[in-house]
Amino acid sequence: MTKQLYYEDVDIGTEVTPLKKIATTRMLVQWAGATGDFNPLHYEEDFARNLGVEGPILHGALKRAWLVNLMTEWIGEKGRLKNLSCRYRGMDYPRKMKTFTEPHDGETWWCKGKVTKKYVAGEASVVECSIWIENGMGDKTTTGTAAAVLPSKSK
Amino acid sequence: MAEFVLTDSLKQLIGSSIGPILYKVEEGAIQRYAKAVGDSNPLYNNIEYASNSQWGRLMAPPGFAGWPLAPGQDILHLVDKVISAGAPRGNLDGGVEFEFLSPIGAGDVLAALIRIINIEGLETKLGPTVVTTVEVTYTNQRGAVAMIARITFLNF
Repeated sequence: MTKQLYYEDVDIGTEVTPLKKIATTRMLVQWAGATGDFNPLHYEEDFARNLGVEGPILHGALKRAWLVNLMTEWIGEKGRLKNLSCRYRGMDYPRKMKTFTEPHDGETWWCKGKVTKKYVAGEASVVECSIWIENGMGDKTTTGTAAAVLPSKSK
Repeated sequence: MAEFVLTDSLKQLIGSSIGPILYKVEEGAIQRYAKAVGDSNPLYNNIEYASNSQWGRLMAPPGFAGWPLAPGQDILHLVDKVISAGAPRGNLDGGVEFEFLSPIGAGDVLAALIRIINIEGLETKLGPTVVTTVEVTYTNQRGAVAMIARITFLNF
């Protein structure tokens, strides 16, 4: 784990520590198995094309899980994620596999965020963030917001 | 292009529900989920570490209740229902809103109630589109609502 973040450490505009991700066809199958989301859009080439996309795409829910990962890693063990929402704005395509274990070169994504608001409500020191995922072109294919309660140094 | 005009059978689906469905949160399921996300946080991966943490057990990453438990296949049944009621066949996940109200960890038993709270006919960049919002409420074995998820899917 990274070191603990405190409410006093952040200001409006503070960057959420970016998180780098890649996705491969193998990882999409792994996600399907772990979650029970067996929508063929994410592993069957023809099915995906018939739906009008170029091929199997990343699961929206995997991208949302990346954003949760971004936030929980940043807020640390004593932080508590209050809410998170996101919208899927663009298609993301996985890298294909070159060997049993190694993917071809391809897209890399960055999960990022920025603090938009901070306030104390009763006992809770809350930070709100805008969060997003950028593809290799810098396009934001997923955007959202999150709020977390952080520990305070003054308590 | 024009907005999608809702059929009566689509309008009648608003308020319909599935469940509550009971799910037990298992250690192996949490670990497989964390690995699939690529999240190496020891609270979600390492039973010994998590047992010695403030939580005393392996914890589920926020949002774990959502796909591995429900809606999963259950929401795909709802997608089929919406299509049978007249919505176009193309389907994409539009987004999600999560409220995390109480931590979820190994051993918890969650009751998921899945409810269609809204169906709208709109015009989007995909063309005439049916936008369905599903709310899932997860209540734990102590009777506390642990999480609420609102999921939007698009049929176009």
